[in-house]
Amino acid sequence: MAEVFAYIKHEGGVADDSALELLSAAKKIAPGANVTAVVTGNGADIDTVCNAMASAYSAVWKIDNEALAYPNAEVVRKALVNTLAADSIVLLPHDTFGMDLGPGLSIKMNSAFVADLVDVEDSDGAVLKVIRQEFSGQAYTHVTCDISGGAVINVRPGVFAAEEAAATGAVVDKSADAGDLSAKRKYIEIVEAEAGDVDITKAEVLVSVGRGIEDEDNIEIVHDLAKAMGAEVSCSRPIVDAKWLEKARQVGTSGKTVKPKVYMAMGISGSFQHMGGLKGNPFIVAVNKNPKAPIFQVADVGVEADILEFIPELTEKIEEL
Amino acid sequence: MEILVCVKRVPDTAENEIEINSDGNDIERDDLVYSVNEWDNYAVEEAIQIVDKVGGSVTVVTVGDDESEEVLRREMAMGAEKGILLSDDAFEGSDGKGIATALKAAVEKGSYDLIFTGAQADDGAAQVGGMLAAMLDYPYASLVNLIEPGDGKLKVGREIEGGNQEINEIELPCVLSIQTGINEPRYVGIRGIRKVASVEIPTLGASDLGLDAGSVGEGAAKVRRVDYFMPEMGEGAEMLEGSTEEIIDKLIELLKAKGGLK
Ligand SMILES: Cc1cc2nc3c(=O)[nH]c(=O)nc-3n(C[C@H](O)[C@H](O)[C@H](O)COP(=O)(O)OP(=O)(O)OC[C@H]3O[C@@H](n4cnc5c(N)ncnc54)[C@H](O)[C@@H]3O)c2cc1C
Ligand SMILES: Cc1cc2nc3c(=O)[nH]c(=O)nc-3n(C[C@H](O)[C@H](O)[C@H](O)COP(=O)(O)OP(=O)(O)OC[C@H]3O[C@@H](n4cnc5c(N)ncnc54)[C@H](O)[C@@H]3O)c2cc1C
Repeated sequence: MAEVFAYIKHEGGVADDSALELLSAAKKIAPGANVTAVVTGNGADIDTVCNAMASAYSAVWKIDNEALAYPNAEVVRKALVNTLAADSIVLLPHDTFGMDLGPGLSIKMNSAFVADLVDVEDSDGAVLKVIRQEFSGQAYTHVTCDISGGAVINVRPGVFAAEEAAATGAVVDKSADAGDLSAKRKYIEIVEAEAGDVDITKAEVLVSVGRGIEDEDNIEIVHDLAKAMGAEVSCSRPIVDAKWLEKARQVGTSGKTVKPKVYMAMGISGSFQHMGGLKGNPFIVAVNKNPKAPIFQVADVGVEADILEFIPELTEKIEEL
Repeated sequence: MEILVCVKRVPDTAENEIEINSDGNDIERDDLVYSVNEWDNYAVEEAIQIVDKVGGSVTVVTVGDDESEEVLRREMAMGAEKGILLSDDAFEGSDGKGIATALKAAVEKGSYDLIFTGAQADDGAAQVGGMLAAMLDYPYASLVNLIEPGDGKLKVGREIEGGNQEINEIELPCVLSIQTGINEPRYVGIRGIRKVASVEIPTLGASDLGLDAGSVGEGAAKVRRVDYFMPEMGEGAEMLEGSTEEIIDKLIELLKAKGGLK
């Protein structure tokens, strides 16, 4: 059976949340297989991460190199291609790093690529049957994948429960196998997102608006509702892309992580990148004109309505209280 | 700078409710409104802006059927000079790798300094750009939200978690996948599309591209979609029913109880 690897993202000596989620995904993808954690990096941090992973994974491969000090996907790809057997099964998180690395890695390893896996249906070692979503979660698909020649599998963050740390794996230094790590893309620096004038991360109540608001002029009704409720206004990404609200108000993986008590999702479909920014198990109210919108699967309370009509009426009633 | 932008025709999810057909092998496509993948409009706009600054031209390419020509014309109305349609029965049932294989062949028939894809399309896979780059042995950067042309290279910003930006230097030729928000795509009206209605768009099939039919399509696909389904919804949201007034009264009670009203 092919070897199974999970790539461990880490920063400042701390493994990413995905590190142990990938282990539980791997156990469903290849039941009974030993799963090896691969940690790339440079210096003392990488040892800290390797030791932490050895308490969960049965083996840990460490690839230590100056060129890997920052996880530039082009460089990491070379290190993996040089170190892993071509028919390996490699798991990555489907986040901004996994999207950068996974597709190209599958080409260089001449193996199959499965993007954004949300569940595993069945696996017999040669054919893997998984569940994916299309159209931002509006439809689910069963997908089969021929993994006999290896595979790169990007796993959606947050859907597999983190595996308990219950192993005593050995750390194996594979640094000597890393080979040529020259790349035509060079990492320069990280520019932090601007702080902005509002801080939605501290708000207890958020009135959050999505593309369902349809027009910039309609944003006003959202501000009115928030004011009546004593809430702060937040939004989904398309509203920021259109420059109708500032970036500091965006909830999601590429925006802010918020922990309100109450979250009002108005005309938001509920994509995983949006929901990924919502923590602390808030009470979610969703208003959407599409009764099948994925947001209704995660909301506590739903209203099927046109927000352009519903919001002003709700505001008026609250103001009357 | 010669720039090739890959675009995909997709159902417009803002306009449609997606329904699964009775056989469960596809979505109901009859009444769907199609448009250009949202991300691809940003890619075309960025290409046009770069060419406006440094000269060159923009070509748009898609793998699709006859109906995909309309998305090429739409992007040409934005300002792309040329369009190329890659269409062949042999491409049907392609997985992401099959699509990238066809695009690679098209890239090799031209001479491009820079290739754009969208960050992701309707499958949410975010795969074609990275595959194409690896096949061409070009460097790649995904989720790009800043591009500054330099001499033989570019400074690019990638949008990463938390909206932080990872700055890289990348050598040309390269492939970049473009993230929304990098610019404000220009509006195209009916008139603009009419203007390019008669521009010739060449259609290339597998043999024109020098592709062995076995390297694309269903036969080559290691990843296969078996069916579409909707899972058992579990509990889901409690849907408030009744007149709007009744719904609002119930909602206000709930909000009070949960601390949503101050
Ligand atoms: C790497 C990456 C990072 C991303 N990060 C983020 C992020 O941080 N945050 C984020 O939000 N997104 C993010 N996205 C984008 C994400 O994938 C979705 O595209 C986005 O969340 C969709 O926003 P939406 O729900 O407002 O729009 P849509 O998905 O278009 O949904 C609009 C909803 O409004 C409903 N609607 C329409 N009109 C009305 C009406 N009149 N009344 C009531 N309902 C109506 C529709 O039925 C639909 O459900 C990211 C994407 C990528 C690739
Ligand atoms: C009827 C039908 C059957 C299908 N069967 C299968 C199947 O069995 N197995 C399977 O894996 N997939 C199947 N697909 C999916 C199809 O092959 C996808 O187009 C492919 O996987 C790439 O799209 P994506 O959404 O994954 O692209 P992504 O990688 O998410 O898109 C990113 C970018 O790549 C570029 N791009 C993507 N597609 C194209 C294109 N067609 N032309 C030009 N540029 C493009 C665009 O710039 C886009 O923004 C099927 C599709 C249809 C319509």
